[in-house]
Amino acid sequence: MTQSDVQVREAPPPEAPPAVSEDRVERVFVIRPAPRMPRLDLGELWHYRELLLTFVWRDVKVRYKQSFLGFAWALIVPVFTGTVYILILGKFAKFPSGDLAYPILVFSGLLPMQYFTSALTGASTSLISNVNLVTKVYFPRVLLPLAGTLVPAVDFLVALLVLVGLMARYGNWPSGPEVALMPFFLAMAFVTALGIGFLLSALNVRYRDVAYAIPVFLQLLPFVSGVLYEVREIPEKWQWILSLNPMTAVISGWRWTVLGAPAPDPAKVAVGVGVAALLFLIGLALFRASEPRFADMI
Amino acid sequence: MATAIAAEGLGKRYRIGELQASYGTLRESLARATRRLVGGFHQHHYEEIWALRDVSFGIPQGQVVGVIGRNGAGKSTLLKVLTRITTPTQGRAEIRGRVGSLLEVGTGFHPELTGRENIFLNGSVLGMKRREILRKFPEIVEFAGVEKFIDTPVKRYSSGMYVRLAFAVAAHLEPEILLVDEVLAVGDAEFQRRCLGRMQDFGASGRTVLFVSHNMQAVARLCERTILLDEGRIVRDGPSPDVVAQYLQSGHGIGSSREWPDVETAPGDDVARMSWVRVVQDDETVDTVDVRRPVGVEMAFRVLREAPLLPKLKLLNAEGDVVFNALDTDSRWQDPVSPGEYVSTAWIPGNLLNEGFFTVDVGVVWLGLKLHAHTGAANVVSFHVYDPGEGDTARGLFSGRLRGSVRPLLEWTTEER
Repeated sequence: MTQSDVQVREAPPPEAPPAVSEDRVERVFVIRPAPRMPRLDLGELWHYRELLLTFVWRDVKVRYKQSFLGFAWALIVPVFTGTVYILILGKFAKFPSGDLAYPILVFSGLLPMQYFTSALTGASTSLISNVNLVTKVYFPRVLLPLAGTLVPAVDFLVALLVLVGLMARYGNWPSGPEVALMPFFLAMAFVTALGIGFLLSALNVRYRDVAYAIPVFLQLLPFVSGVLYEVREIPEKWQWILSLNPMTAVISGWRWTVLGAPAPDPAKVAVGVGVAALLFLIGLALFRASEPRFADMI
Repeated sequence: MATAIAAEGLGKRYRIGELQASYGTLRESLARATRRLVGGFHQHHYEEIWALRDVSFGIPQGQVVGVIGRNGAGKSTLLKVLTRITTPTQGRAEIRGRVGSLLEVGTGFHPELTGRENIFLNGSVLGMKRREILRKFPEIVEFAGVEKFIDTPVKRYSSGMYVRLAFAVAAHLEPEILLVDEVLAVGDAEFQRRCLGRMQDFGASGRTVLFVSHNMQAVARLCERTILLDEGRIVRDGPSPDVVAQYLQSGHGIGSSREWPDVETAPGDDVARMSWVRVVQDDETVDTVDVRRPVGVEMAFRVLREAPLLPKLKLLNAEGDVVFNALDTDSRWQDPVSPGEYVSTAWIPGNLLNEGFFTVDVGVVWLGLKLHAHTGAANVVSFHVYDPGEGDTARGLFSGRLRGSVRPLLEWTTEER
């Protein structure tokens, strides 16, 4: 249900409907104390689907409105970061790159990682950057982290152009039916970012520390997700530890489905999926449980 | 008539800490948790307050209801619960129909987006479907009068244009139930007037309105029924004139009379002491007065020893601005006044004041280089001036609001040349 446990049901229209237009159905809202057990009201989310799209549309629009280069930034940022990594880590530090050329290895890892970074940051700050909405109008608060996680997908799509260029240059193309699994790995990045985003955005309402801690965590993440090296090249024990990080599975799965790199170990992917699902459930439960008090605390 | 809002035993409890420090840092929480651990899991006792307690009422569809009470009485909390921004701690309420509120004006507006984009954004935030916004779009733009700037980012709008656009969207939401918190409403007097006007239209068109206000005159004029809240509870629920009068006389507001029975504690010095003050019309104490007729402020004071003095009156409007000061110019005050009880009445002529709420300061003063007070009392009584709207006042047949503290009925001459 919703933060205020609102039940919506169809009601018979009153004898003399005062102002009923064709756009609406007479609804009865029941307001009562928040339930002990948080629930997710999918029916209500469906009712508010347009608002979700509006939030996404707003953020994408605002993001590029005032920048001179606009969407070009979605290309420039990963290209610049990628080039730095390729030069320093690939040329000088000689990180292991497995079967792939180092530039395409880094770049293919960077794309999902950057999506994840932006999505997590966007979702975590979504409540406090929309204070005036949270304290003044009702809508399912879940929409805000959800929109925060969807918005960076636009950048991701734009940056894919660079990857396609590199794929042509190095001749790495999807090699078989496993390409059908590509959406699965992207969805996994989405679910992980959303789960942690739920958790952190709810915490952020209460503790502004979260905003300081996130960048530290995110700077570390590429090093433990196999963005900058081929995971299979490191000792087996470490591979298992890294598999606890869902992004490891996302990145190796992405390279497998899109670039035809060797398939990741299904057991390790399963560990990542389990962690992602767990994070998502915990995040959602915590978010829903603290939702009724957002407006009072923010 | 069906019920638009039915509330049963609504209660909202806040922890004091939550109200004051709206967010803490992790460090404070950790420190608190550590103390709790060290202290052997003693439950931390928060101080709690009930912002709303056992609030029950039913509002039939089409009724315009005022909600009054002093600050902190729970008025805004009630609106927050009814708009579902926050959940109640106890009780329940059923609301039939779409709820809109004028406190949401401009909510979600983004300065970087154009007027057009903001109409869609804001409309959507307020609960309109895209189809509905598309249909009302021309009307909204026309109402706001921003056709020429519709594709300009709103950050380049003048504040007037911005508010007009925001208001136009909110006003076209057409909710079945409108909640208005005048206390929180932003904007200048002109804007507030438009809110009230829109509210009146809503009431007239059979929609339900809940109007939270400090403006007793507006409540009395616009609402048939008024709910008085105090410390989170409903103290009185009934016809507006009665409830407003009770509120004003309960000491929360300022009443139409005031008395100091004990001469020892009455305001004053060793020369003069106040006894009582009241607002009179036709020998009766009144709190609302007809704009066309004179109103008297009667002040009784006791002179304790012979001294030069004279009574004085100051009138302030609802905003606290001084409307005028007046001294009694009667020749009797030219000589020192002998001890005794005096009752002076200052008559404020009819057709002088504007409609609205006025408060009175009284004093007994002596004249030096400036005025020196023997005794005085500020905000001692108050009254409301209303216009029955029969066309024989300075507003003629105009029914909107005329600004100003005074509104004299002037003599006009016009010649045709």
